[in-house]
Amino acid sequence: MNAKERMKIPPVDMPEQDPKERVSNLDEVPLGYTPEMAMMEAKRCIQCKTAFCIEGCPVGIDIPGFIKLIEDGDFKGAARKMKERNLLPAMCGRVCPQEEQCQLFCTIGKVRKNPCESVMIGKLERFIADWDREQGEFEQPPSVKSSGRRVAVIGAGPAGLTVAGDLVKFGHEVIVFEALHKAGGVLVYGIPEFRLPKKIVQSEVDYLEKIGVEFRYDHVIGKTIPVRKIVDDFDAVFIGTGAGLPRFMRVDGENLLGVLSANEYLTRANLMKAYDFPEADTPIVKGKKVITVGGGNVAMDCARTALRMGAERSLIVYRRAEEQMPARLEEIHHAKEEGVEFHLLQNPVRLVGDDRGWIKGAEVIKMELGEPDSSGRRRPVPIEGSEFIENTDALIVAIGNSPNPLVPNSFPDLEVTRWGGIVVNEITGQTSVPGVFAGGDIVLGAATVILAMGHGRRAARAMNLYLSSGRWVDLDSALDLSRAEVH
Amino acid sequence: MYQLLHKEKLGPDIFLYRFRASDIARYRKPGQFVIVRIHENGERIPITIADVDIEEGSITLIIQAVGKTTLQMAQMKKGDSIPTLTGPLGEPTHIEKVGRVLCVGGGIGIAPLYPAARAMKDAGNHVTSILGARSSNLIILADLMREASDDLIITTDDGTEGQKGLVTDAIRNLVDNGEEFDQCIAMGPPIMMKFVCILTEKLGIPTIVSLNPIMVDGTGMCGCCRVTVGDEVKFACIDGPEFDGHKVDFDELMARLATYRSEEKNALEGYSSHAGCRLDSMSEGGSR
Ligand SMILES: Cc1cc2nc3c(=O)[nH]c(=O)nc-3n(C[C@H](O)[C@H](O)[C@H](O)COP(=O)(O)OP(=O)(O)OC[C@H]3O[C@@H](n4cnc5c(N)ncnc54)[C@H](O)[C@@H]3O)c2cc1C
Ligand SMILES: Cc1cc2nc3c(=O)[nH]c(=O)nc-3n(C[C@H](O)[C@H](O)[C@H](O)COP(=O)(O)OP(=O)(O)OC[C@H]3O[C@@H](n4cnc5c(N)ncnc54)[C@H](O)[C@@H]3O)c2cc1C
Ligand code: SF4
Ligand code: SF4
Ligand code: FES
Repeated sequence: MNAKERMKIPPVDMPEQDPKERVSNLDEVPLGYTPEMAMMEAKRCIQCKTAFCIEGCPVGIDIPGFIKLIEDGDFKGAARKMKERNLLPAMCGRVCPQEEQCQLFCTIGKVRKNPCESVMIGKLERFIADWDREQGEFEQPPSVKSSGRRVAVIGAGPAGLTVAGDLVKFGHEVIVFEALHKAGGVLVYGIPEFRLPKKIVQSEVDYLEKIGVEFRYDHVIGKTIPVRKIVDDFDAVFIGTGAGLPRFMRVDGENLLGVLSANEYLTRANLMKAYDFPEADTPIVKGKKVITVGGGNVAMDCARTALRMGAERSLIVYRRAEEQMPARLEEIHHAKEEGVEFHLLQNPVRLVGDDRGWIKGAEVIKMELGEPDSSGRRRPVPIEGSEFIENTDALIVAIGNSPNPLVPNSFPDLEVTRWGGIVVNEITGQTSVPGVFAGGDIVLGAATVILAMGHGRRAARAMNLYLSSGRWVDLDSALDLSRAEVH
Repeated sequence: MYQLLHKEKLGPDIFLYRFRASDIARYRKPGQFVIVRIHENGERIPITIADVDIEEGSITLIIQAVGKTTLQMAQMKKGDSIPTLTGPLGEPTHIEKVGRVLCVGGGIGIAPLYPAARAMKDAGNHVTSILGARSSNLIILADLMREASDDLIITTDDGTEGQKGLVTDAIRNLVDNGEEFDQCIAMGPPIMMKFVCILTEKLGIPTIVSLNPIMVDGTGMCGCCRVTVGDEVKFACIDGPEFDGHKVDFDELMARLATYRSEEKNALEGYSSHAGCRLDSMSEGGSR
């Protein structure tokens, strides 16, 4: 088959659960490719000499490489190829914003003048990861000599898990300290089951355990054990504590009953299994009409969760226009299909309670778009006198999260930015404290799973070099020179 | 897993538990708490660390059975294990030699008060303690509190022990008799703390309270535990649980504690049919 013929093949859609049905269950929405579908989709890749798609992937997966193996039906080989670069493909295939990363750069999308018609790299990645997991075979990585070095990883989100997996493979002893009772970070407490089944996260964590990573749950570092002690007791430390600090709107009435942060709502729903209440012990606020404030992935997750918790109406209230929503297109599309109402160019200015202190409405002001702001997006400006009351029984604040201040606050030696992110060397993840590295959302602020993993990957390489050479100064240049040999 | 080493009954529905948790025992300071989760589908509930035994590697919790989780705990036996004990969490009590300290505890609030009172005494303060409850059998830790205090006064609503009346009556009596205090620490049901604070503010006694909002993670991640202190919103699990009582919005705290009241009632009814009466005892805004 030549390139021209390949370019003519339309993208293979992934079957999905019917929107009407899925709002009353927690099962995953996209159902996955069959092997035939995957092989057909793989045919669409023209195996570019200069594969721009790879440039768009923060961990640099050999995309044409694994797609070719799928086309040939060598799924095992494809899985192996993918895992060279990406430890958590089942998750990235599901939650990466592919249309802004690998798929944005794909030649096919450019030829068809529509990035949504690029090769479905993420869907193929998901297919291979799922296929591989379902084989149930456990591949022990090649055994390496123990280095005798001990590493502490603080936080078991995607950044920490990546560092842990990589460093164990380099022969170091790795202990992961996690504040919660489960590993996965946002993947377990934030992103809902219907988007990322928790058994997938668990199987990745199980894999890490099998290859020798040790997990200590219920350890809030900076409280349970002082950060200083961890730094003293281990040869190197990685901080991957994420962006777990919820932002509130700071409007009147925000402490009314029935007003909660996205983190609280999603944690109750996911990690604490409130959907199973009273089988599971944790309750959740259930409104008939639920407003979610915000326009990112987090807001979509809340609005869609509200429907599954029984809300009759679920509204997104967002102060900019739809084009400016930071959420992934797919999430917006799924939310709309399920009946989430989008109330755009609106912003709550005050929340109103009843006599028991429960929220009964939000005073909302209409907005219009003004001049572009520092983010390059046109700034929403309130339209004076346009306020009205939107009645509601519950309101979820999903306007963003800031870096988790716990570790930096309890460890003043660590240099942080004005907005609380840990300052690192971008190439190595080195912080201001020798032996201590950091990465993921605690550095970037709320970002993405794959960026957190990319950080973890780079930090792991630098940490490995640091552990073997003892060299802290100019680690980045040493690393650049030895990149080939390390990888 | 964290093993239950010892359990004993201190009063009706009030139990003392000692769990093995050596890291928590080692790093804990008075005023801090743990998050407890008793089985795979369990809720995460915050409980103050009443005491520690570093040698044994254990922590002591004193818990009033008021709802599903705490009632299930009351069924536990020595040797049983629970999956989660996270801590120590929260900011420790600010312990300092200030002179004369007044410690006021109500009901189950006497449990967290005890380590604070003892630390204040060890720091060289003169400690006067007032313990209050509805009835004599609800006064817990009286012996330990007596050791931790220079003077101890007990008040009961029904007069079955000590003075008849409320803790605020006892405070007023002391002050009317010419006693002066440099600092007050009040721990108990929100309604009690509220009235103690109204009084001590009038009397000009700086007052620390320990708040008990609903929590989920206990690590500052969800904001469920937010309370208004002065004109600021604070997260009790990270910034507290102790705050300047004269600045706390107790009415908001009490309202927010009722968020899941009907769900909690359902959970409880599902769990045990005879438990309805217990739910009544937890009204007035939470257990402690
Ligand atoms: C609801 C939601 C939806 C999202 N959807 C997407 C999406 O579709 N696609 C995408 O790419 N990204 C998405 N993101 C963003 C993505 O999840 C994050 O960028 C990513 O998880 C960051 O990884 P991390 O490892 O840096 O931190 P986290 O995942 O936040 O993990 C940090 C971990 O550290 C632990 N921790 C914190 N403090 C301590 C301490 N003191 N001691 C011990 N442990 C500690 C935390 O409990 C947590 O487990 C979403 C985020 C949210 C909240
Ligand atoms: C910092 C702190 C320290 C505490 N220390 C103690 C202690 O030493 N001994 C003790 O007996 N109790 C203590 N409490 C209160 C204790 O957490 C609640 O009694 C417990 O959560 C009730 O759980 P339940 O499932 O048995 O009851 P539920 O039926 O869930 O609720 C009963 C009552 O507890 C409140 N409550 C429910 N869930 C929570 C939660 N997650 N966090 C806080 N309150 C909740 C409810 O508002 C309700 O009034 C403390 C609370 C806090 C915040
Ligand atoms: S990891 Fe994400 S960005 Fe990289 S190829 Fe996979 S889906 Fe694309
Ligand atoms: S850019 Fe697109 S077509 Fe080219 S190799 Fe990558 S996936 Fe294949
Ligand atoms: S309990 Fe979640 S922030 Fe305090």
